[in-house]
Amino acid sequence: MIRRLTEGGRGGRRGGLTRRLPEAWRQPLAIVGGVVAFAWIVIALAAPLVAPHDPLAQELPRLAPPGPGHWFGTDQLGRDILSRVLYGARVSIPLTLLLVALSVLIGGLLGACAGYFGRWVDETIMRLADLVFAFPTIILAMVVAAALGASLGNAVLAVLVVAWPAYARVTRGLVLGIREREFVMSGRLLGFSAWRSLRVDVLPNVTGPVLVLATLDIGTALLLLSGLSFLGLGAKPPSPEWGAMVASGVDVFDSWWVATFPGLAILTVVLAFNFLGDTLRDALDPRTARAIKERAI
Amino acid sequence: MSPTSAPSKDQDGGAALPSQNRRGRAAGRRPFVRFLVRRIVTALLLALGITLVTFILTNLVPGDPAAANLGQRAIGDPAIVAQWRADHGLDKPLPQQYLIHLSGVLHGDFGQSQQSHRPVADDLAEFVPATLELAGAAILISLVLGVAFGVVAALRRDRLSDHILRVTSLFGISVPTFWLALVAFYVFFYRLQITPGSGRIDPGMTAPPHVTGLYTIDAALSGQWDVFASAAAHLITPALVLALYTIGLLTRFTRSAVLEVLGQDYVRAARAKGLPARVILFRYVLRSALVPVITVAGLAFGSLLSGTVLVEAIFAWPGIGQYAYKSATSLDLPAVMGVGLVVGVVYLVINLIVDVLYGVIDPRVRIS
Repeated sequence: MIRRLTEGGRGGRRGGLTRRLPEAWRQPLAIVGGVVAFAWIVIALAAPLVAPHDPLAQELPRLAPPGPGHWFGTDQLGRDILSRVLYGARVSIPLTLLLVALSVLIGGLLGACAGYFGRWVDETIMRLADLVFAFPTIILAMVVAAALGASLGNAVLAVLVVAWPAYARVTRGLVLGIREREFVMSGRLLGFSAWRSLRVDVLPNVTGPVLVLATLDIGTALLLLSGLSFLGLGAKPPSPEWGAMVASGVDVFDSWWVATFPGLAILTVVLAFNFLGDTLRDALDPRTARAIKERAI
Repeated sequence: MSPTSAPSKDQDGGAALPSQNRRGRAAGRRPFVRFLVRRIVTALLLALGITLVTFILTNLVPGDPAAANLGQRAIGDPAIVAQWRADHGLDKPLPQQYLIHLSGVLHGDFGQSQQSHRPVADDLAEFVPATLELAGAAILISLVLGVAFGVVAALRRDRLSDHILRVTSLFGISVPTFWLALVAFYVFFYRLQITPGSGRIDPGMTAPPHVTGLYTIDAALSGQWDVFASAAAHLITPALVLALYTIGLLTRFTRSAVLEVLGQDYVRAARAKGLPARVILFRYVLRSALVPVITVAGLAFGSLLSGTVLVEAIFAWPGIGQYAYKSATSLDLPAVMGVGLVVGVVYLVINLIVDVLYGVIDPRVRIS
């Protein structure tokens, strides 16, 4: 019992990040996820160099099956699907990363405020978060996007509306829990300033879980964003956005290649970030780590 | 044998005197009532919040609702426009408009769909049973498969089957539902022709007599087994596609819940006593590991409801998901808001039930 308490204290104090990350990176899932995610980021940066055709150029033949000239075939308007999928990375990946970064920032800030100030600030922010949680995500995002008008920017805004509360909840909970822990108290008693205590004791314990949540959320955010575009509430034609491309394949579903390849693009990106996030979570979640350690004894 | 006994026995203290025990139980009952009241009040406030959200969003729309609802000619006549605005309470201040909106919602008036030109409430009532059937089938599939996979993964931790299940469940939560629906439709219906096409039953068949609105149950009730077979065959592919995400979610969650319980002292004690593995699994591990799974299942239902919007459109399943899809693509705002409202409230009620159930099963929840 005593050992477990001290273990928890130590694990908490040093923060999982620096100690456990190297182990996480050696996991096969994390390696596969990292490589695929990195490849997609490179593709997003280098799309004009690697794409064989102009993603918007309409050439004959239309709806050509995958073959030597067009590896992924062409769509109803004779556009090269491979080039569109590659260019699609430039639309979806930066927007998704921006979206998650903004959610972390807004949610984290609001959550920290709620945890720190308590009282009515806490009540207001958390009840607002509860309200967002009261809706299934796509439904609320769809409602918001429909109200704001169909555009990619509004779709991003709609996903942001549904994404921030998760961070607010996690950050608030962590700040509340950690503020009262022995190692923070002992730090304060040793004469740490509030800022040093926050930086050395509180922050490392907040960033780990928030980072894991963010990594896992990249996949969810991309699924939501492409889902909204699929519903016609996001990217407008002729933008090579993956969700919108899948939607255009619904009308010509016997030409399977039109929808298959953009869908695979979404799947691989989401899977890559989920592989990464899942490994990170296992490495950083003290509960899982402890459970595994205890079983191993 | 109630599932509560394992945790509560530890807390009450098995050796307590009978009189103490009785007092303890009487004191324990009031917190439950308080817990129940608090949860119901919160749910009601949230429901009110949902109406406020849909109201605010409706009022955010750039553009004149009068222009959207009146014909070209009527829009040119200021008197008609003013009359229309007065009829719909749009000339009143916003708080008052919200109260009008709220009283409309409470009376089942969600406005009129610009697309079907029918009251949104009528549309929704028509489409809800189809979605309930689909989502119900999907949650059943997810619970059975998700829990089974999760238990297997935990028991075979770090072995091949655990790794395969981990990758599969991550795949399940990563695949875009709308795309998977399309692929399943193409492969199983168009190419292999082993599943029936779109809709709820074969085109030549008439729907079973309406009892619940769920075709499989109605057909079984009336003994029309050919209709039942057709309805079930139509149901299975969309339900599986819809369930894949929640199967992945529940597998991951069950695995970690079981792993956590496996590390507990009382499980180790049971093992040390030499109890058979099956007894340990079902009597000691699953009973406490599956309690939190209920909560996750309630939350998973939300993603199922979200998924219906994307799946029903592909399978032409005549539920509120397809209705939402059509309304969203044609920017039929009253219809979209109606769906948001109804789905939000359904989700709220399900999570309220789950919370209360959790409070019944696990007494520790009531205290917080």
